[in-house]
This record gives sequence, C-alpha cells and structure tokens, in this order.
Amino acid sequence: MSSYVAKRAVQACALLLFVSLVGYAIMSLAPGGPLAVYLHNPQVTPEKIDLLRHQLGLDRPWYLRYAAWLGGLVRGHWGYSYYTGRPVLEMIAERLPATFTLMLSAFILALVLSFPLGVLAATHKYSWGDNLLSLGAFFVWAMPTFWFGLMLQMTLAVRWHLLPVAGIHDLDNNSARDLLRHLAMPALVLGIGSIASWSRYLRSGMLEVLSQDYVRTAYAKGLPARRVVRRHVLRNSLLPIVTIMGLDLHVLFSGAVITESIFGWPGMGRLFLAALNNRDYPLQMAGLMVSAALLIVGNLLADLAYAVLDPRIRYR
Amino acid sequence: MNGLIVTAAAPSDRVPGRGLWALAWRRFRRHRMALGGIGVLAVIAGSAVTAPLITSSDPTTLDPDHSLAPPSREHLLGTDDLGRDELARVVYGGRISLLVGLTAMLLGSAIGVVMGSAAGYMGGWIDTAIMRFVDLMLSFPAIFLLLILINWTGGRAPVVMMIAYLGLFGWTGLARIVRAEYLALRAREFVEEARAMGAGVRRIIFRHILPNAMAPILVQAAFAVAGAILAEAALDFLGFGLPPDIPTWGNLLTQAEDYITTNPILAVAPGIVITLTVVAVFFIGDALRDALDVRAR
Repeated sequence: MSSYVAKRAVQACALLLFVSLVGYAIMSLAPGGPLAVYLHNPQVTPEKIDLLRHQLGLDRPWYLRYAAWLGGLVRGHWGYSYYTGRPVLEMIAERLPATFTLMLSAFILALVLSFPLGVLAATHKYSWGDNLLSLGAFFVWAMPTFWFGLMLQMTLAVRWHLLPVAGIHDLDNNSARDLLRHLAMPALVLGIGSIASWSRYLRSGMLEVLSQDYVRTAYAKGLPARRVVRRHVLRNSLLPIVTIMGLDLHVLFSGAVITESIFGWPGMGRLFLAALNNRDYPLQMAGLMVSAALLIVGNLLADLAYAVLDPRIRYR
Repeated sequence: MNGLIVTAAAPSDRVPGRGLWALAWRRFRRHRMALGGIGVLAVIAGSAVTAPLITSSDPTTLDPDHSLAPPSREHLLGTDDLGRDELARVVYGGRISLLVGLTAMLLGSAIGVVMGSAAGYMGGWIDTAIMRFVDLMLSFPAIFLLLILINWTGGRAPVVMMIAYLGLFGWTGLARIVRAEYLALRAREFVEEARAMGAGVRRIIFRHILPNAMAPILVQAAFAVAGAILAEAALDFLGFGLPPDIPTWGNLLTQAEDYITTNPILAVAPGIVITLTVVAVFFIGDALRDALDVRAR
C-alpha cells in the first residue's frame, strides 16, 4: 500500500509539473500581457513601460521565467502579484479558508441530503417520489448554476428577506450564526449538482445490489428491511459513489469560481478571475496549481477509499 | 475463404423488415418526456430560426426612452436597461446559443471520433499515445485552463473562437467511448471481410465500422450539446464568454443580474429558456440511449 501511495505521489508530481508547464506557456504566449493596459495611457511613457517590463522580468523569454517561477515554487516562494505587489502565497492564504469553508459546507450539505434521497429512491423504485427525484435531478443539471443562484437571491433574500443577498458576514458581526446565514445560499448553489448526482449514483448502485442473491438471503432469514438496507445494501453500494465524491472535490473548486462571483464570496475563485483580468501571471498560476492539486488529490483519495471500503482490492 | 461463392442479394430478395432506425424509433416513442423534449426543442429552435416572424423588434436597437419597461403588449417580456426588446433578445439570442452549442458539439464529436477510432482500430503505439493524451486532458483542471486560454482572444471570445475552445475541450469522453466500440467491432467478421476485399484503413474506419458505432456517438452528442450550451452561458456570466453586445442567453442573464429587484422577468425568462432547452436535450439523449440500446457507461 505504501509503495502504491509513493508511486502515485511521483505520478502526481509529474502531472503537476506538466500542468504548470502547459499552463505557463498558454498564459505567457497570449497576446497582450500584463503591461498592455499601460500602452494607451499617455501618462505612462514607453521608457517607464520598459522599466516595468524589466522589473517584472517580462523581457526574458517565457521558458526562462517558467524555470525561475518553478524554482521558487519548490522552495515555497510563489512570487509576487503583478497587481498588488504582495506575496502570492499570502494572498491565497487569505482567500483559501473562505473557499474551503464554502466547499466543505456544500460537500456536507450534499452528503446529508443525497444519501437519504438516494436510499429512498432506490427502496421505492418507480414510486412518484422516485420519479419526482429523477425529474428534479435532470432539472438541476440543466439549470445554469448562476441562474439558480440569482433566483435564490431574488426570492429568499430580496423578496422575503430570509437570508442576506451576498457577502460572507455582516459588518461587526462575526458570530457563527451570521456566517451560516451567509453560507446557506452559496453552499446550496455549489452543492446542488452533487446532491443530484450522488443521489442518482447511490440509487443505481443500490438497485444493482438489491438484486443480488445475498440480499434475498438476508430477507429470507427474516432480517428487518431497515437492517438489510443499511448493513447489506448500502455498504456494498458505497464504492461507486465514493469515486464520484473524490472527483467532485475539483468540481466543487471549479464551481466555487461561479458561486463566489454570484454571492460576492471572498474566496480563491474571485481572486483567480481578477488575476485573469489583470493578467496577474503569478496569481493565475497559483490558482491553476491549487485546482490541479485538488484534482489529483481527489482522484488519489477516491482510489485509496476503494481499498479501504473493499477489502478485496489491494494496491501494489 | 470457406469455399462458398457468395452472391450479392438483389434488392428484391430483401425481407421487408424493420431497420435499426425504425426499431429505435418505436422504442424512442415510448418515452413521453423525450417526445415532449422534441416538442419544446422544436418550439425554441424554431422560433430562433424564424426570429423575424416571431417578433418585429430588433434585439440590438437601443431605445433609451423606454428602458426597463415592464412587460406590455408591445414588449411581451419588457425591455432591458438599454431599452432593447427582451423577447427579441431571447429569441435572437437562441440563434447564437444554439449555434454555439451545436457546432461545438460537432467539432468535439469530429475530433473525438477521429481520435477514438484511430486509437481503437489501429491499436499499438497509436492507441497508447492517444489514450495517454486523453488521460492527460482529463487530469487537467479544464475550466481553469480554458479561462487562461480565453485570454488569447483578449478575455472575450468571438463566436468562432468560442466554438473552437469548447470543441477542443469537449472530445475526450467521446474518444474513449468510440475507442471501446472500435476495439469490439474491429474483430468482427464484416471488418475482416472488408479487409479481405481490399478496403483501405480509412474506408474501413469510416464506412464499415463507424455506422455500427453510431448509437453511442449519437447519445454522447446529445449530452455534448447540452454541456456546450451550459458552458457557454457560464463563461458569459464570468465575463469570459462572447462579447456583451452579442445577445446570447448567457449574456442576457448576466446583464439582468443588476435588475433582479426591479425587473425580475429579465433574469427569469432567459434562465427558463436555457433550462428547458437543456432538459429537453437531456430527455432526448436519455431516450436515445434506451432506444439505441447503449449500455450504461
């Protein structure tokens, strides 16, 4: 097992390296660049632009800049933002907690809602409730996320004043209750896709297990239905859904870019969008690397969870 | 090979039976939701195509004196912040949004079919190289890379580039499916026969195997259209989509964001149209999967 983890870790590093190289190349070769905003500004003389270009190191070819950036990255120095001049690591350290809070809330929400929904749908196959859930899942996947967010804001916040429209907390109010009130809508918007997909996966996984011989045996020996579902069926249907959960780690991070924009949530997603607009290369790379790392970690976790949940699977 | 002389059957000898498509249609018809989906899609796509017949208003004509007007007989969905008729914008916006969705799907499918069939039919190092590449693409944080890529066109993408971006990022899933189909089909007798009759690789891949692998491709294509429409709308919202002066469903929604308190219809209408379109496509794809008997992945 440990050698398997080590092998995967090496693969992960190679992959991260590759993602960073491709990302850096695409980013640097895009026309324009960080100084394009100054080109039409009469206040900024060409000499000043050249000076800035030199100071930012943009007068060197991109692969040399990439090498320097990579060298810094491994030594724990992620460079300085072109726009604010602050260390990139410091800037993302400020923003990551907000994003992770949002992701975790969405994850928990999806977990808490999708399991009962999936189990009920599977145990009441083709009932009106099951059909309604299938229909609901289709609509959830079909809705543009940001439209769903807008509709929530319009109804829950603007019309009925139940929840705050946006932001992470009210002024001078740092209570947990206030945070939860601000979290409710963004977490739902971010998690709704996972609620739909996890409950559907759980349903189909359980339906498969429900037709197995050992389930019939369990019923035959007189076990109550609750116990059969919980001990025999649910446990054996967990495998596929755990994979989806691992993959969704990255989906949630990507989704946070949109969710944070709707709700003015001060997280990584909005920071990354701002970095794109400002052509803030070091910050863009930081966003790309964090998302790539989450993608890789999610995949790895899913594979490892497989081994934990299914004793028959052994990794070498 | 087996000593028998095979004579081609004359057309008149053919037993009058139901073809694959007739059978599929019979199964497809059972799905009422999918039939409803076709209806919804026909209405939405039909009104996009025949936009000038649906509304006499122009989607881009400014009328600052009548900005943010509530729905009225003249403007059924009211007007936006610049006085443009919202119904016209939704209807004409459908042209762009549907066009981008369809063509991005076509591009992605073309790449996916070529890559997947080459990998599946050729095997060997070509297969390894292509599939490694697909794995690599799938382990990329696609949205982040796509956003960085869009800076190539200055942070906004002209329609053609948007189609290219979405197509280039949307072929990997199909390539895997097509490869699996080709792996199974290339060992079948009819392929061997075609090869024995001297058909070239390209002919075998596209004329002999492809028609037999069409079912999963069609299903995947349906979902790809839905995905492309949603992705384009999301990019519009993030400010990395099509330029804001082009009416698309995503741009309409984004521009409506500031007016949800005063003119909610501006946000509600395009959202409902997108959702209905995509749901309709989902239902059709789902029914196709059943009708064409595509195994669940």
